[in-house]
Amino acid sequence: MTSPAQAAPSAPAVEIRHRRRPVVPYVLLIPAVVALLVGLGYPVYWQVVTSMQEYGLLQQFGAPPTFVGLDNYARIFTDERLWAVVLRSIAFCLVNAFLTVAIGMGLALLMRAVHGAVRIIIQVALLLAWATPMVAAVTVFRWLFDYRTGVVNYLLESVGITPPHDGAWLSSPLTFFVVASLVVIWMSVPFVAMSVYAGLTQVSEEVLEAARLDGARPAQILRHILLPLVRPVLAIVLLLQIIWDLRVFAQIRLLQDAGAPVSETNLLGNFIYELGIGSQDFAGAAAVSIFVLLLTVLLSAPYVRSLMKEDAA
Amino acid sequence: MRRPRPRPGKILLSVLGVALALVWVFPVYWMLLSAVTPDALLRSVTPSFLPVNFTTSNFESVITDSGFTKALGMSLMITGVTLVCVLVFAFFGALAISRWKFRGRTSFVLAVLFIQMLPAEGLFIAQYKMLSSFGETVPALGLNSVLGISILYTAMLIPFTIWMLRGFVAGVPAELEEAAMVDGLSRTQAFVRITFPLLAPGLVASGVYAFLQAWNEFTTALVILPAESKQTLPVWLRSFLSASANEGINWAEVMAASTLIAVPVIVFFMIVQGRMTSGLVSGAVKG
Repeated sequence: MTSPAQAAPSAPAVEIRHRRRPVVPYVLLIPAVVALLVGLGYPVYWQVVTSMQEYGLLQQFGAPPTFVGLDNYARIFTDERLWAVVLRSIAFCLVNAFLTVAIGMGLALLMRAVHGAVRIIIQVALLLAWATPMVAAVTVFRWLFDYRTGVVNYLLESVGITPPHDGAWLSSPLTFFVVASLVVIWMSVPFVAMSVYAGLTQVSEEVLEAARLDGARPAQILRHILLPLVRPVLAIVLLLQIIWDLRVFAQIRLLQDAGAPVSETNLLGNFIYELGIGSQDFAGAAAVSIFVLLLTVLLSAPYVRSLMKEDAA
Repeated sequence: MRRPRPRPGKILLSVLGVALALVWVFPVYWMLLSAVTPDALLRSVTPSFLPVNFTTSNFESVITDSGFTKALGMSLMITGVTLVCVLVFAFFGALAISRWKFRGRTSFVLAVLFIQMLPAEGLFIAQYKMLSSFGETVPALGLNSVLGISILYTAMLIPFTIWMLRGFVAGVPAELEEAAMVDGLSRTQAFVRITFPLLAPGLVASGVYAFLQAWNEFTTALVILPAESKQTLPVWLRSFLSASANEGINWAEVMAASTLIAVPVIVFFMIVQGRMTSGLVSGAVKG
């Protein structure tokens, strides 16, 4: 049995004339490539061009845009608001990504340690949270944290704790981000927990039994056997969480509807939205978008490299 | 040597596990519970943690809301068009990269992997401007159009779908087709009769994935479909929630609406969850 990679060249053997320069794969790729070019390629191109143009209200009404080089970048990057947003986004992203991976790892280890029935209960709970659509999840959290009739405030008060800001969690930046983080973490932990758990199941029971017979304590087993084995999985899920948490937009936008101070709770995506759709500064918004795109590509490079390696294997 | 009876530590961990599961599932439980409770009861000072005065009236008023039915129609149309385009385009693409070696194959695979990391938040302004200029010449492709947003969704979903299908196509050995051709079938016949049926599970899994993404998408829909009559369900849920902001939110109806949007997703998700986990770990992205 040959591997698919070896089998591939023999597949179009019938078309001997095209053996050197096969036409079929190019034809097959046309629809996908056209869709990608129209839906993503051109927008990226537009974004790059516009970020180097004067593009304001006048251009909205048909005046030809003028090329201004890196002026927009200079303007945006000297804007204090942007740096506040960038720092806030990076802090939000790192805190949530690390917490998500830590909690997910903990749950995965717990699933390995408990009885089968308990494991299934945990898995069902995680799957339900994972499958809940983001908009529904954020809406439910708004309801949980509603300042008059929300159950969180009720529970806190019933154990004698006065909730912050008299229960108006979303009205102040710090508690706003606590709620936002809770939603984000609640939604993303299941993926991490299930992935790490899948990695943990590959550890054979015999190895663990042998380690126990040799007198290894649970902490040693964790450190010397389990962690090294799931390290590649952990690295990938952490990277993915960082990339995903950097682009949190909708959760913030939906929570802001509850009356949060918008300028103090914006993350990068929300800042672009306000700048472009809100104040029609398309050139400024384009410059910030390019910044976010570059940041994402930079962050995702290791992930893509690891996928390529896997593909080749 | 047999294992000793369960250690007390294991029992303690199991109790902890059940407690954590309850905490994790609580938001979903609270959504369902609030959806079947009369709104007046939800406003009372002491919330009830078990169903009282079970009612379906919240669901009835959501389903009869004209905004909901319009949004449902939009969501179904957009999801349908996206689903068909993504499956066909990505299937061809997956065939090309897993059955042929050709110049540019590696660069294409690399491009696909990078493209799926592009954040919608870095692109929506450009997509908004692009569709608004399309709309000036061809209204059916402009802002507020089913086709316009479907193009964007298709482009967004193709990379992951190609990646997922590629694994399935590579899993069907080309020898099977060759054997069928030796038996006298043409190349196309061999493909249609032998390979295609074996790929069906992969197509179903990718289709469900594309459905979930298009059904749930919020950011692009918010920007590309500004007209109130063209909202998809997620965007409609947001306006439904804020519409009542002045006279106090009718949380019972909002939770019924959330439930209606979530249930098909949860059901479909459960069907493909196993494949998604392996697919996500081995090469993917979530919405």
